[in-house]
Amino acid sequence: MEDILLALEQDGRLTAAQLAERLGRPEEDIKKQIAKLEAEKVIRRYRAVVDWDKSDSERVFGFIEVRVSPQRGQGFDAIAARIMEFPEVHSLYLMSGTYDLMVVVQGKTMREVAYFVAERLAPLESVLSTATHFVLKRYKVDGDIMVERTENKRLPVTP
Amino acid sequence: MSTSHSRVAKRVADLPPSGIRKFFELVERMPDAISLAIGEPDFTTPWRGRESAIYSLEKGHTHYTPTRGLQELRDAVASYLERRFGLSYHPDREVLITVGAAEAIDLALRAILNPGEAVLIPQPCFVSYPPCTVLAGGVPLPVPTRVEHDFQVQVSDLEAACDDRARALLMCYPNNPTGAVMDREALEGVMRWAEQNDLIVIADEIYAELHYDGGHVSAAALPGARDRTVLIGGFSKAWAMTGWRLGFAAGPQDLIGGMAKVHAYTVMCAPTMAQEAALDVLYGCDGEVAAMRREYDQRRRVIVRRLRDMGLDCFEPKGAFYAFPSIARTGLTSEQFAERLLQEEKVAVVPGTAFGECGEGFVRCSYATSLPTLEEGMARMARFVARAAG
Repeated sequence: MEDILLALEQDGRLTAAQLAERLGRPEEDIKKQIAKLEAEKVIRRYRAVVDWDKSDSERVFGFIEVRVSPQRGQGFDAIAARIMEFPEVHSLYLMSGTYDLMVVVQGKTMREVAYFVAERLAPLESVLSTATHFVLKRYKVDGDIMVERTENKRLPVTP
Repeated sequence: MSTSHSRVAKRVADLPPSGIRKFFELVERMPDAISLAIGEPDFTTPWRGRESAIYSLEKGHTHYTPTRGLQELRDAVASYLERRFGLSYHPDREVLITVGAAEAIDLALRAILNPGEAVLIPQPCFVSYPPCTVLAGGVPLPVPTRVEHDFQVQVSDLEAACDDRARALLMCYPNNPTGAVMDREALEGVMRWAEQNDLIVIADEIYAELHYDGGHVSAAALPGARDRTVLIGGFSKAWAMTGWRLGFAAGPQDLIGGMAKVHAYTVMCAPTMAQEAALDVLYGCDGEVAAMRREYDQRRRVIVRRLRDMGLDCFEPKGAFYAFPSIARTGLTSEQFAERLLQEEKVAVVPGTAFGECGEGFVRCSYATSLPTLEEGMARMARFVARAAG
């Protein structure tokens, strides 16, 4: 199972036939195992890693530190549920340290992100404070280095 | 200038030109060729190692290390050999850090051989074994290995090649260029035979970490083998550190002592920043090594399948990162095959004869290159084979 996950994590478009060849197992087994992984939501979905900076569309990311007052009996889960359903929220984490929630917000412009924070996030009842940090450049995202690196040359023939 | 005598020493002038070198010049003129002729990883050294070398320079560690290598690195190599292969070496007396495994091979030969003594060399083999033997004053005794034995060296072939000059056996498993590994039983037989003939065994196990079919068994780990074996390893392959030039040798005190003497008089010590980097990769890069091994293993399955699909007989390599298909059915020699493949389809492979006469009829295809490149190379090679065999 782990070998399938590791391979798909690298390249989600690998077919069962390709996986079977690379991992040296029957294609039918691979298909069954992928179906099981999908059914159990171990594999949640397949998607592309997009470098938005290179595309024509604008995409701005803000990292918002949010301090909240936890609710009796529900801790942070209730306020997290309120926040995570907004489509502008890209990621949401409960954090240790000086603030409680890290909300990653994406929008087309800084104004849009700022507006979301001011109009939607900050006014929530249990939110005590927010601090917005805008992303200026994405160097590495989810394990992928996004900046160009020079290609390494090797000698064409070596013993 | 008229010189009746070569200014180059006879033993050097008489060395045959490297089959690799000749081919290199052909490929060099074709910069857009797909090269499956590269004997080094396509991966870059894990960042931890690179970062450690940067830090080493920042600290100003730009001086010699002890001749045998940094104490910490010798300790780390000894404990690595114990952890991975169940071997026990004393880091002060039985471990030597060298300038690549290549230097270790040269040192071992020079430390062991008296003039005219011979070295049994199973072939196909790494290109430097015979010339290094000659330069050390010795005589290479080629021992053919065969595809019908999965390229594992046979005692009967050793017996046939051996004469009373034989002093050592120099072998490499997992093997470059065939990808063969020795199974335990076969290796035991060879090591017993070496003992009966009182031979020193130089075991080049540079590809030990790249073994795809269960674990690597070190020649030195077999019963009674430790005290007649010089074990050679290095960082180039599994840790993708070819350019750092760092290897090691482990063995009985007298042999390592002899090697250390030559090492001290020639290179002094291995590069300092490379040693500091190696120390960090040995302790902290198991994950990266495993990921690279996984990737090679997948490419290995793909390349063997493609070679067989194009109608070539291909032995299943179990280690290193080479496939060694037979090209017999094309009716071409290894050199003809490699040259025509390069000219007609712009794919470089190395003729099997570069690794010894018994490599005739085979070519070495390295899969230390990305899968898309490998797929394209295989597609072109399939077209060529179809034409040549048609």
